[in-house]
Amino acid sequence: MQSIASQTLIDIHKLNLYYGSFQALKSVTMDIPEKAITAFIGPSGCGKSTLLRTLNRMNDMIPNTRIEGKITIGGADIYSKEVDVETLRKKVGMVFQQPNPFPKSIYDNVAYGPRLHGIRSKQKLDEIVETSLRSAVLWDEVKDYLKRSALSLSGGQQQRLCIARAIAVNPDVLLMDEATSALDPISTLKIEELAQELKDKYTIVMVTHNMHQAARVSNQTVFFLNGEVVEFSDTEKLFSNPRDQRTEDYISGRFG
Amino acid sequence: MSTGKPSANAISGSHPFAARRSMNQLTNKLFTGIVWLIGICTILFIIALLYTILQKGLPQLDWGFLYGEPSEIEEGGGIGPVLFNSFYVLFISLIISIPLGMASGIYLAEFAPANKFIAFIRICVEGLASVPSIIFGLFGIVLFVESLDLGLTVIGAAISLAFLNLPVLTRVTEEAIRSVPQEMKQASFALGSTHLQTIRRVLIPVALNGIITGICLVAGRAFGESAVIILTGGVTSSGVMWDFNPLDPGATLAVHLWYVQSEAIVPDARLIAEKSAAVLVFIVLMINIVFRVPMWLNARKMR
Repeated sequence: MQSIASQTLIDIHKLNLYYGSFQALKSVTMDIPEKAITAFIGPSGCGKSTLLRTLNRMNDMIPNTRIEGKITIGGADIYSKEVDVETLRKKVGMVFQQPNPFPKSIYDNVAYGPRLHGIRSKQKLDEIVETSLRSAVLWDEVKDYLKRSALSLSGGQQQRLCIARAIAVNPDVLLMDEATSALDPISTLKIEELAQELKDKYTIVMVTHNMHQAARVSNQTVFFLNGEVVEFSDTEKLFSNPRDQRTEDYISGRFG
Repeated sequence: MSTGKPSANAISGSHPFAARRSMNQLTNKLFTGIVWLIGICTILFIIALLYTILQKGLPQLDWGFLYGEPSEIEEGGGIGPVLFNSFYVLFISLIISIPLGMASGIYLAEFAPANKFIAFIRICVEGLASVPSIIFGLFGIVLFVESLDLGLTVIGAAISLAFLNLPVLTRVTEEAIRSVPQEMKQASFALGSTHLQTIRRVLIPVALNGIITGICLVAGRAFGESAVIILTGGVTSSGVMWDFNPLDPGATLAVHLWYVQSEAIVPDARLIAEKSAAVLVFIVLMINIVFRVPMWLNARKMR
């Protein structure tokens, strides 16, 4: 495993988040390195998904949320007034828990993002669709059926299509919100292998329910409990030699 | 059964999976039977109704009737101008009500804050959708005939009809947009789309089936509507074909049907009514088919 020698891309500083009067995140501070996989683990309701969604400001859509503190990506404060959320989300892509392709063709799903951002040329779109599908290791399975409905694909293929769709807009960061929890073990394995390949080009932050997945694929692991970061270290270290008693209890299966 | 044992079991009723003659079983069967019976009765009734109307009118149709001018006294009047008015009034009313209805439906589904005022508006829209059409006709009289002093006109009828359809279109659009899965909306936002882009490229296309069904519904209703048009468009037409002047009287086929049945003195009134009814029903059916076929094809492609 590589050490935290690589550069920090996302810097979260004393982040508090409230849903109404409920505090979902408590003074979260961490540095997420670039071009590596960082995994968030913890029991349900610990705030790991909430934190993930602050990184592309998807939490903005939930009414009555309030945020304090600071998040910078590549040095830029993403909650500053000048930020255009659309541009931010173009740079910080997201893959969801349930595969959620649009009821359009495979081609149109991947081309959706580039078209949003003004790419009209057929040739350019063809190129983006092909490279994105290749990066998501789906090209060979679908290259002859690009006009077919995305809903005709299997769950695992749909999720890889969603990854292709997310990288088609050329993001820096890829957020994966329990992206394999609705998939069978073989599809899960494929997505994990894919994540390993993608980390050379993208900074990946994944939320996972599955500790073993975090242990298998991530470089850094963050353990959350009740909206707080309990421990953040190299994955190998966190699982073999946790510093905090609560981390040890969780990873040894005593709760959660 | 080859061996004697299982059948012996069956006779004695001790087979572990033998049907239990409980009350639940009985009521289940009874209920299924009743549902089938009612369903078949309803369908038979509708088919009989359609058959009677179409069978009386369609065989006697000819171009002269469809294209001809109505007659006040003599036999052999046609329905040309009123049939034209039906389409003309329907067209203008849809041109007005579809954009307005869709816009307000999208507003209610996507932009309206969740407060008491909007809840009140929603109740009003729902209430308006069930107001009898003659009330909209009276409203049309006050607005077009009295205040604007236009008399009985095509445009007055079309706009009153648009008002009649607006609440239904608003409701249907709101429901259709709301029923688009939240995950799709999120996927679109997460790719950096604006709200407008998400509405245009995801919400409307996905909801289109529901919206088209709603448009079919109001188009069919508008085509057959008579009360509003009697009050705002009158019971006569200009009497000539292809009269696009929106300020001419605007009787439609449905109104003409009512008129020949109740007021007219032509000797063949009954025949005209039968033929008009058949044309009316046939066109309403066609509206539904023509609007829906592309949706069916699309749904098959997207499976």
